[in-house]
Amino acid sequence: MIGTGTAEAEAPAAYLERYAEMLLIRLFEGEMHRLFLQGHVHGTTHLSAGQEAVPVGVCSALEPHDYVAGTYRGHGHALAKGTDPESLAAEMLGRATGVCGGRAGSMNVIDLEHGLVGCFGIVGGSIAAATGAALSAARQGGVSAAFFGDGAANQGYFHECLNFAKVLQLPMLFVCENNFYGEFTPMAEVTAGGDIAARGAAYGVPARVVDGNDLWAVRAAALEAAENARSGAGPTLLECQTYRHYGHSKSDPATYRPKDEVDNWLARDPLVLTRNRLLESELEESQVAAVEEETRERIERAMEAALAAPFPDPADDEGREFRQ
Amino acid sequence: MSELEFRAAVRDAIAEEIERDPAVVFFGEDVAAAGGVFKATPELHERFGPERVFDTPISELALAGAAFGAAVTGLRPIIEIMFGDFMGLPMDSLVNQAAKYWYISNEQASVPLVVRSAVGAGGRFGAMHSQAHGTWFQGVPGLKIACPSSPADAKGLLKASVRDDNPVIFLEHKRLYSVKGPPPADQLVPLGNASVVRPGTDLTVVSIMRGVPDALAAADRLAENGVDVEVIDLRSLRPLDLETVLESVAKTNRLLAVEEGPRTGGWAAGVVGAVAEEGLHELDDVWTLTTAETPIPYSPSLEDAFLPDPDAIVATVTERLAISTPR
Repeated sequence: MIGTGTAEAEAPAAYLERYAEMLLIRLFEGEMHRLFLQGHVHGTTHLSAGQEAVPVGVCSALEPHDYVAGTYRGHGHALAKGTDPESLAAEMLGRATGVCGGRAGSMNVIDLEHGLVGCFGIVGGSIAAATGAALSAARQGGVSAAFFGDGAANQGYFHECLNFAKVLQLPMLFVCENNFYGEFTPMAEVTAGGDIAARGAAYGVPARVVDGNDLWAVRAAALEAAENARSGAGPTLLECQTYRHYGHSKSDPATYRPKDEVDNWLARDPLVLTRNRLLESELEESQVAAVEEETRERIERAMEAALAAPFPDPADDEGREFRQ
Repeated sequence: MSELEFRAAVRDAIAEEIERDPAVVFFGEDVAAAGGVFKATPELHERFGPERVFDTPISELALAGAAFGAAVTGLRPIIEIMFGDFMGLPMDSLVNQAAKYWYISNEQASVPLVVRSAVGAGGRFGAMHSQAHGTWFQGVPGLKIACPSSPADAKGLLKASVRDDNPVIFLEHKRLYSVKGPPPADQLVPLGNASVVRPGTDLTVVSIMRGVPDALAAADRLAENGVDVEVIDLRSLRPLDLETVLESVAKTNRLLAVEEGPRTGGWAAGVVGAVAEEGLHELDDVWTLTTAETPIPYSPSLEDAFLPDPDAIVATVTERLAISTPR
């Protein structure tokens, strides 16, 4: 496992920015939770609080023109790749100013301007989409990353695309966010062999188990994988072990998780870990606090603007089946 | 004028589009080195190289999903899902991803993707290699479905499909691959335009793919008996050119839809329903000729009886119009 020992010699300020991105995701998810309970977010929503180090660490290793595909637990994927929190929030609220004009919703966010090919409501869908984006990226000199959960590792998409990407030597990162539960079911009960990273070897795809709550570890692993991809060495599988703080979706209080397990993971909250490590470096408490305050204000402004935005007009929905 | 074989029309269309547009790529199972199991794509690999034309694993999920992902990031993939029956596997990528992308992305990007397959019965391939999957996708907004009946249309429709910015399901009937005909008059045959392939005054027969030459053969025989049949080739199921059918029915007042597939959930029933809804006052009679509601049988005796061939079309028209049987 790549752990906290793999720190790089990089300016702490860069990590302070990444910490702010993680906090942005955490605060965003908190707001979504609140707005869902108030009836502003509709249908269902899947929150990624607790898993922030994975998308932030991976996307920190990517270039703006690189592609990512996310899951239905994808708010963090979008924010980490650069989606504006206001337009993302407006999308959740079904507003015309949403990143998809209110036509996609929480599970299906698309933001191509920032390289987000999409978030996919079907388990494993992100893997094939990112595989295809890797075909384009190979020509464009970029890489493509698929985010997916431990549940998707049991889908045909995972196995077919690992094989496909390796056979074609595509510039790609397979990023498994193993949060140890596929919806309500413990990963170990439904995953033969119990080891997702080990599946890479069967396809000749190098794989790493990564501490997914350790921003430094995720970034180091992603940098190595992206470099290999760019150099023509093909795909890498990263199993980032992490934990979601909320249940699977808004209908799930997650009572199936043992209390001591939850407590152990909460004690390893990636935000706390990152914050502590920043303070162990040369950064002052006041510098960290200032960034936190800025991020809070950013989220507040985003939510205010999103809530004030209009709903899309049904009259504007004509003639949209095909691109003419 | 030299005749064009249907399978050569497919190959030529792909070759011309690859040549024309550097974003066009073509991949699938056995399409490159082997040239396709129906020999529809020989020599493309040699001519254009592995960057443009390549073989993939037998992985329909990966193949179609990757084609979708490539299509929204700058490429214009043509893929082959070898037999239409295999389309159950990539359904998620096509129905949930490709079909919805233009709309749910709020028009950030469309999906220029063509999914070719060999379809249809009559080849003794049995229940899992003989279906035509057009109707599986017909109820999915955002997809186009092309279904040529002649070499000229195969070429023109395929080229138009590659240039279309939307995902197109492209059906190639197995019993048409060896058919020869005149080359297309125009480069492109636009999707959503039906064609009146035989003008007539007494009865309109609409069909697609192999059903069109079958209807033409039946029309020749019915003409000997004084029934003047107009034959319409829909050429695409979605968008559906209802207007051409309604114009024809306004003239003939009778409509028969001939489908190689079951009536339940089929396109023929959809056409009949739409014509009834919009042109009821023009109709004296309207019906369908479809297949039995069973899987497609293997045995030649069963499969031949199962298919709506020219004999079956002549028989149903004769019975319905209460005329004497033509020779």
